Amino acid sequence: MKIVVTDQAGADHELEGLEGWRVMEVIRDWGLNIKAECGGALSCATCHVYVDKDWTAVVGAPSEEEEDMLDSVGDVRPNSRLSCQILLSDALDGLKLTLALSAAKD
Amino acid sequence: MSTEITTDVVVIGAGPCGLFAAFELGLLDLKCHFIDILDRPGGQCTELYPEKPIYDIPGFPVVTGQQLTDNLMAQIAPFAPEFHFNRMVNSIEKQADGSFKLATDADEIFNAKVVVIAAGGGSFQPKRPPVNGIEAFENTSVFYSVRKMDDFRGQDVVIVGGGDSALDWTLSLQSIARSLTLVHRRAVFKAAPASVNKMQELAAEGKINFLTGQIASLDGENGQISHVHLTTDAGDLSLPATRLLPFFGLTMKLGPVADWGLELNDNTIVVDTEKFQTSVPGIFAIGDINSYPGKLKLILSGFHEAALMAQAAKAIVSPGERIVFQYTTSSTKLQKKLGVA
Repeated sequence: MKIVVTDQAGADHELEGLEGWRVMEVIRDWGLNIKAECGGALSCATCHVYVDKDWTAVVGAPSEEEEDMLDSVGDVRPNSRLSCQILLSDALDGLKLTLALSAAKD
Repeated sequence: MSTEITTDVVVIGAGPCGLFAAFELGLLDLKCHFIDILDRPGGQCTELYPEKPIYDIPGFPVVTGQQLTDNLMAQIAPFAPEFHFNRMVNSIEKQADGSFKLATDADEIFNAKVVVIAAGGGSFQPKRPPVNGIEAFENTSVFYSVRKMDDFRGQDVVIVGGGDSALDWTLSLQSIARSLTLVHRRAVFKAAPASVNKMQELAAEGKINFLTGQIASLDGENGQISHVHLTTDAGDLSLPATRLLPFFGLTMKLGPVADWGLELNDNTIVVDTEKFQTSVPGIFAIGDINSYPGKLKLILSGFHEAALMAQAAKAIVSPGERIVFQYTTSSTKLQKKLGVA
């Protein structure tokens, strides 16, 4: 299973994903520029990504709690999601997304 | 004149690992002072996820960040550690006698024989919105907190955010500002309902403006903003503004730790795995802030690190004294220290 991640500098990375992993964990473990400071507890918004328009319907909309967390970043778009809340499954094989500036490490 | 405090050990960071260190140090008769940038103990556990369940603390099938913190505070209470909140350690200097002199941003000096850095991901600091060039305006016309209300008197103030800080300051500053605009990305707020109602009343009366949108960019020169450009549902918008207050919560930054002359590795402090000592003898690092081969950022790992660190700290504070290894279950001496025997 693969996901394609565009980093903040515009470079594409094809990452091997594993079913049941959170997208944030894949991005983090591959060493891309993602802070993910709460570790996936839906308690920060530093794993913020933009889902490619072809994938927004498959990935779905954020929960109310996730929307609340998105209030703490200044670069939200209609396709914003927190990548710790996207669970990889076969349906998401080939998922494309872009890292938000607000997810970058210092 | 600055306050001066002398103690055995200064622990920087009152998160779970730092708190447990006070227990292990206390059993060895070492007195601790805590310094933390937050206003209460618990670190990430209480700042980020106080109500979230934690499932991997030994002996607790489930415990929340707040409960774990409360329990640790009860556990270390017999040793009466002292807490200094809302301040940050700016510098650590090694003295000729091997002890350390720490200076805080609250104009205090701490003298300690041992320093334990248990600072997690660093210090919690206001989140900077991802707006190009915002740094140039910080502390002149862009502020992340209100220190003096007078700085906002007669100004065109833009406040951004949808939490309690944004709402509270909207209500407090509207009467002294020349104009006040609250900007939030949606018309849903995570703040006290009474504040939200009051804000909506003020907006209806025309005393403040409320806009749904986000900051796109800033204009200005010499640190002074002149306009805030917004993207809103109704299109792009430019607001004349002389003060900007973004309230996006806190994030962790390594901060002054980077300047203390310690060997670092990718924003963590390198330690050995016998004493969890840094590259500077007498300064230890435990919990999420340290790194060593095989490190796992788990609270339980930090507890283990605290126990081993305490043995090494004791040898520094009381050189030559033989350390007898004892169990709290069987040692009357330890039980007396805990106030149970």
